[in-house]
Amino acid sequence: MRGEAIRCDGLVRFLGEGEGRVQVLREVSFSAAPSTVTAIVGPSGCGKSTLLYLLGLLDRPDAGEIWIGGKNLATADDAERTATRNAHIGFVFQFHFLMLEFTALENVMIPMRKLGRLRPAEMEARARMLLDAVGLGAKTHRLATHLSGGEQQRVAIARALANQPSILLADEPTGNLDVKNSALVFDLMVRLAREHGQAIVLVTHNPEIAARCDHVRPMRDGVFV
Amino acid sequence: MRTNLQIALRFLLAKKRSMAMSLVGIAFGVGFIVLTQAVTTGFQAFFIQTILGTDGAIRVEDKFQSLTTTFAIEEAGTGEEVERVVIEANRRYQEGVSEPRLLRETLERFPEILGVSEVLRGSVRIQSATREGDAQVMGIELDDHLRVSKLGEQIVMGSLDDFRSTPSGILMGRDLAERLRVSPGNSVVLTYAGQSTRYRVSAIYETGVREIDRVRIFLHIGESRLLLKRPYGASLLQIALHDPDRAPEVAKQIERVVSHRATEWQYREKLYLDLFVFFRAAAAIMVSTIIIVSGLGMFNTLAMIVMEKTKDIAILRSMGFTREDIAAIFMLQGLLVLGIGVLAGWAIGMVSTYVVSSVPIAVRGIFVTDHVVVAWNFDHYIGAALAALVVVFIASWLPSRRAARLEPAAIIRGASQ
Ligand SMILES: Nc1ncnc2c1ncn2[C@@H]1O[C@H](COP(=O)(O)OP(=O)(O)OP(=O)(O)O)[C@@H](O)[C@H]1O
Ligand SMILES: [Mg+2]
Repeated sequence: MRGEAIRCDGLVRFLGEGEGRVQVLREVSFSAAPSTVTAIVGPSGCGKSTLLYLLGLLDRPDAGEIWIGGKNLATADDAERTATRNAHIGFVFQFHFLMLEFTALENVMIPMRKLGRLRPAEMEARARMLLDAVGLGAKTHRLATHLSGGEQQRVAIARALANQPSILLADEPTGNLDVKNSALVFDLMVRLAREHGQAIVLVTHNPEIAARCDHVRPMRDGVFV
Repeated sequence: MRTNLQIALRFLLAKKRSMAMSLVGIAFGVGFIVLTQAVTTGFQAFFIQTILGTDGAIRVEDKFQSLTTTFAIEEAGTGEEVERVVIEANRRYQEGVSEPRLLRETLERFPEILGVSEVLRGSVRIQSATREGDAQVMGIELDDHLRVSKLGEQIVMGSLDDFRSTPSGILMGRDLAERLRVSPGNSVVLTYAGQSTRYRVSAIYETGVREIDRVRIFLHIGESRLLLKRPYGASLLQIALHDPDRAPEVAKQIERVVSHRATEWQYREKLYLDLFVFFRAAAAIMVSTIIIVSGLGMFNTLAMIVMEKTKDIAILRSMGFTREDIAAIFMLQGLLVLGIGVLAGWAIGMVSTYVVSSVPIAVRGIFVTDHVVVAWNFDHYIGAALAALVVVFIASWLPSRRAARLEPAAIIRGASQ
């Protein structure tokens, strides 16, 4: 049996208040293995992002289980979920979401400093290595505000990989990039995942990208079809 | 923690201008608290030194006899008498100290007492070559009195040695001397109950307390006994203590032991002392409003930073920063401004206190000085910093809590729609 980096069972999530309360996820079950790339596809509003936030422990399900590293984190306390996010999960959002007052290098180093496993010099070396890998070795000391959209997204990927997470979650990572940059960013993610044995789960509307993934999971109205 | 501090610093630098306003407010608030407290406590301490140096820490006068009343305590209902208690109902006072020597011996056994001076007091008419008026005679034993007052330092003209060696010498208050147009070496005539005696002015003193300087003259106690026709007894005993702050308890003890009324300086000068407390409190409150206003500004700025940085907060949380980290990042911003503000405020306080203390002004009234008196007291600096800390703590605590409570999923969902 192949190991699973992340597995969820029967995830249910309601969103909204009162009259507007809707069931966005209807008992979703899903798993991802190390060194694989899984694409979640589906029409707008079917619940892809909602699922990803639950898997990334940014949000709590109303029912169901999320297993990472042998623990059910759906019901774990805030401290444990936060620590797991730090050590095991890398997140790339649709919009780059860098800390704008910090340089590219500092942005990549922030999660490492929070984890505190490496010595400062090692952190900097690793951040440089990651920025090199995403092709930004020459712009390590640029402030995030002085980088283009594609460059920011690549820094975000380097940052998501900073602590060598076992799971990399990406919500439309190439959504606002042009074709050339989309391909570049995607190739980069796949290459790094294969090299380091990470499970990648990404949401995409781009059929070309979906076609190049190991698995494609289509979703509709809050369930996989 | 160092990462949180660095993030706090970057957020802060992005809002330099509005934070600088709060910082300047805190600095001036702290500085002004220090300055106003330095001046008010300076004058207060100076005033206390003046009154201790003239009328002493405690004055013992008027023997009393306690008159007692007996109360019967009855049981409720039956009206049966249960007990009788004796309480002090009233005191009958007898003017002056009839056995000063005896009293003195007793008092000198108190370890708290530094010195005792017998004083015979009386009102006389005084005449110089050109003028006349009323005066109050204080008959003293010079060396005893020097131990319970600052008379030695208060001489402004003439010499104490001249007084010491001249039986008919007197010491005269400066205002009285000016009114009578006399200077050391001149003679004056004192008249009591129709009998006049000639005295020579040995020296002129100035206590700074106008009420004293315009009427009081010192004589040797023996001379005053002749003049006032009081061969024995004294009007009062003036007492100096090692620790003037303990005067109230010592005075109570004296009353119990010797059955004479003993009044401590705190009671004697209560009116002025209360006034100083009032001024200090009023100044502190008024100046604190500067800090409070800057605190409001800081609250505003921090609340704004929280709103502008919701995305950053969500990213930090997604990367594994805890709610406590987020709260700390915003608290640290407040504390950074506080730290710099307080240091700058201390500097402002120190410099302005120094500058003010060298401003020449002439104060005459309840005391005399030719410059602003200041007190250098570390407590003022701590107090001002604490006031700023409380305000800044409240101003940053509320935005921090708000930031810590934000849900990362809700923010990201909101931002990507
Ligand atoms: N706060 C909310 N209250 C109520 N419904 C919400 C709320 N947020 C999202 N929804 C609904 O939840 C559903 C799923 O949203 P989600 O963002 O997961 O969709 P998605 O599949 O990621 O869509 P897209 O491809 O457009 O990003 C949508 O129908 C949306 O309208
Ligand atoms: Mg989405």
